[in-house]
Amino acid sequence: MPVSWTMLIVLALAVAGFFVTRGRAVALADGDTRRLHSRPGYYGWNAALLAAVPALFVTAIWRFFWPGTSPTLISVVALALALGGIAFALSRTSPAFRARNAVESIVKALLILCSSIAILTTAGIVLSMLFETGNFFSQYSWTEFFFGTTWSPRFGGGSQLGMLPLLWGTLYISLIALVVSVPIGLFAAIYMSEYASPRLRSFAKPMIEVLAGIPTIVYGLFALITVGPMLRDYFAQPLGLGSSGSSVMTAGLVMGIMLIPFVSSLSDDIINAVPQSLRDGALGLGSTHSETIRKVVLPAALPGIVGAILLAASRAIGETMIVVMGAGAAARIGVNPFEAMTTITVKIVSQLTGDTDFAAPETLVAFALGLTLFVITLGLNIVALYVVRKYREQYE
Amino acid sequence: MTDATIPAGASPQAKDSLLVPDARTRKRNASEARFRAYGLGAIVIAVIMLLILLFTIITDGIGAFRQTYLTIPVTLDAQQLDPSGNRDPEDLKKILTLTYGNMLNGAVEGVIAESGIQVADLTEKDVNDLISKEAAAQLRNRVLANPELIGQTVESRVLVNGRVDGYYKGRVSMASAALDGNTSPQQLQLADALKDAGLLATRWNWAFLSNPDASDQRPEAAGVGIAILGSLYMMLVVLFLAVPIGVAASIYLEEFATKNRLTDIIEVNISNLAAVPSIVFGILGLAVFINFSGLPQSAPIVGGLVLTLMTLPTIIIATRASLKAVPPSIRDAALGVGASKMQSVFHHVLPLALPGILTGTIIGLAQALGETAPLLLIGMVAFVKNFPSAPPEGLFDPASALPVQVYNWTQRADPAFIERASGAIIVLLVFLLCMNLLAIYLRRKFERRW
Repeated sequence: MPVSWTMLIVLALAVAGFFVTRGRAVALADGDTRRLHSRPGYYGWNAALLAAVPALFVTAIWRFFWPGTSPTLISVVALALALGGIAFALSRTSPAFRARNAVESIVKALLILCSSIAILTTAGIVLSMLFETGNFFSQYSWTEFFFGTTWSPRFGGGSQLGMLPLLWGTLYISLIALVVSVPIGLFAAIYMSEYASPRLRSFAKPMIEVLAGIPTIVYGLFALITVGPMLRDYFAQPLGLGSSGSSVMTAGLVMGIMLIPFVSSLSDDIINAVPQSLRDGALGLGSTHSETIRKVVLPAALPGIVGAILLAASRAIGETMIVVMGAGAAARIGVNPFEAMTTITVKIVSQLTGDTDFAAPETLVAFALGLTLFVITLGLNIVALYVVRKYREQYE
Repeated sequence: MTDATIPAGASPQAKDSLLVPDARTRKRNASEARFRAYGLGAIVIAVIMLLILLFTIITDGIGAFRQTYLTIPVTLDAQQLDPSGNRDPEDLKKILTLTYGNMLNGAVEGVIAESGIQVADLTEKDVNDLISKEAAAQLRNRVLANPELIGQTVESRVLVNGRVDGYYKGRVSMASAALDGNTSPQQLQLADALKDAGLLATRWNWAFLSNPDASDQRPEAAGVGIAILGSLYMMLVVLFLAVPIGVAASIYLEEFATKNRLTDIIEVNISNLAAVPSIVFGILGLAVFINFSGLPQSAPIVGGLVLTLMTLPTIIIATRASLKAVPPSIRDAALGVGASKMQSVFHHVLPLALPGILTGTIIGLAQALGETAPLLLIGMVAFVKNFPSAPPEGLFDPASALPVQVYNWTQRADPAFIERASGAIIVLLVFLLCMNLLAIYLRRKFERRW
C-alpha cells in the first residue's frame, strides 16, 4: 500500500474520530452541552488532531529519513498511531476535561512548527551544499578551484575546474544588465512618481508590472530566437566582432529588460518615501522640477537607490534561464561583449542535468559553485536590505 | 516680485522684460524639458520592449496551434492486421507499427493515382515521407482502441511531415527544400497538388494541447499534454503544502510570536529566502529530496516540494501584510466578549484577511508555474512519452512541466521545435494571465478599506 493512501486513510480516521469523540462528549453530558467545560466541537477536534498529527508526522519523517523502509511497516505504524490517538482522546473525554485548552496548545505548537520551516529550508540549503562541497574539496584543491583560470571538465578524469572564467562571465553579464536596467528603470520611476498624469500612470505602471510577471524562460526564448540572431547579424558580424548568436551582449540586454520593472518598482517606493516637504522647500526657492529632483530628491533617496541596485545585481547574478539560453557555454575570460561566455549558473545546470555521478568531482563542483553563488547573493542582499532599512528609518 | 527693492541699474536683468525669458532661464527650461523627455523615453522603451517580446513570441508560436493534415481513406485489411481473425486485443498488439505504415503509404499512393496527380521526378521516398512517422502509430492506437474498424475503409486524418507543414507556415521554401535531406521540391509540389485536390489542409490543432512530447524527427506530433498535466500536479502540491504552511507561519509570526531571538532569526530567514536564486532551490531538491530521501527523479512531487519551498516566502509576506491590515479593534472586540486569543484569530481575523491571502497565494502560484531552473536539476527535462496516472500515485510518475518543455524544445535541432516552444509559451502566458486576472478580480471584489 503506497504511503499516499495511508495518509488519506489517516485523514479519514481523523474525521471519524472527530464525530465519535464529539458524540461521546455530548453523551457524557447527557445531551446538555452546558455541563461540558468546552464546546463539544473541541472534544472532537482534540481527537482529530491527536489522530492525524502524530501519524502524519511520523509517516513523513520516516519516509523522508529512511526511504528504504517497507511502506507496509510505515502504514501499520501510522494507522496504529492514529487509532491510539483517538483512543487516548476518548479516554480523556469527560465533562471536566479542558478540551479547548488542549486543542489550542496543539494548534499553537503546529503554528510554531510551520514557521520554523523557513529555518529548516535555509539549514537544508547550507548543509546539503556544505556537505557536498566538502566532498569536492577532498578530491580537488580549493586554491585551484577559486583561482584557476581554466574550466574544462572531463568525465574521464584530469579535469581543470577553475572558477574564475565563470565568475568573470557572471559579473560581465550582470554589469551589462545593470547598465541597461538602472537608467531605464530609474528614469521610469522618476517620471512615474514625479511627472506622470494619473492617466499615463494607470496605463504605464501595469505595463511595466507585466514585464515583472513574465517567467524568465520567456526572456530566455526571446534572447535565443530574436535578440541573439539580431545582434549577430546587425552588430557582431558587420563589425567583425564575432559570429555567435549567444553572447554576453545578448544575455546582458535581455536580462536588463527583465530587471527594468524590478529597479523601477523599488526606486518608485524609495522616491515616494522622500518627504514632500523637501520638494516643497526646493520648489519654493525657485528651482525647476527637474532641479528639485536632481539636487534634492535623488541625493536624499541615494542610499535607497544604491540598495535597490544591489538587489538588482543579486538578481542578475543568480539568474539562470536567460544565460543558459542566451550566453553560451564557452568558459573564457575576455572583453569582447559579442563573444559567447558562460556563468556560474549555466555550469551548475550543465554539471547537474542528465546522468550524474555523485562521486566524481565534475558533478560535485556544481555544489561548490552553488555555495559560492549562495554566499555572493546572500551577501549582496544583506548589505542591500541593511542600506534600504537604514534609509527608510531616516524619514519615519 | 517687484522691482521696488532693487536699486536702479544694479541688476543686469533690469532692462529685460519679464515676458521674455533670458538665456539662463531658457537653459534651465531646456534642461527641464530634456529631463522629462528622458523619463518619458524610459517608459516608452520599457513598453516597446514588452510589446516586441510579446509580438515575437506570439507570431512565432501561433503556428503551433495550426497543423497540416492529409485526409485519406485507409483500407484496414483484416488479412494483415488480424491474421487469426478473432479480434483478440493481445493478438492485435503483435502487429507492429510498420504494417500500419505500409498500409498508409499504400493509401497515399492510391489517392495520388486516383486523383491523377502528376509531379515530375517524384520518387517513392517523397511519397512515403509525405506523412509523418507518427501517423502510423496514431492509426495503430486508433485500431487497438476500436478493433471494430478492422476490415473497413476509414477516412483518416493523418499528420503530414513537419517540413511540409512548415512549407504552409512559411518556414520552408522550395529553395530551402532543395538543400534539405528531409524533404524535396517534388514533395512540396505533391503537397500543393493534394491541397488543390482538397485532401490536404492546415487546420486548428487541438492535438497540440493534448499530445505528449514527440521525438526529434517528429516535431509535427509534439504537444504539451504531459507538460500541462505535470505543471497542474505540481501546482496541486504547492497549493496543498505552501498555503497551509505559509498561512500558519504568518499567523504565528503576526499574532502570537513575542519578540525574541527565535522570531528574529525566522524573520531574517524568510526575507533572505525570498531573494535566494531559484537554482539554489534546485540544488537543495536534488541533494535532499532525490539523493537523500530517495524520491523518484522527474516526479511532480519533487518539483512541487521544491516550488513549495520557493513560494513560501511570497505567501508568508502577502499573508502577513493582509493580517496586519485587519484593525486591532476586531481582535479587541472578540477578546472582550470572552473569546480566547486563538478563537479571535481563527474566527474573526483570518476570515477578514482571507481575500488578501487568496490574492497573494495566486500570485505565488503564478510565480511557481513559470519557474524553470530548479526543475532542470531534478530531472524534469527527461523525455516523457507516457501520461502520469491520476493523483496521488501520479505525483510519483515521471512528468514534464510547461516551462521545462519549452527549454527542452529549444535544445532540439529541427527549427520546427522553435515554433512548438513559442506555442508552449503562449499556453503558459495564457495560464498566467488567467491567474493574474483572477487575483485582480478577487482584490477588486473583496477589497475592504477599514
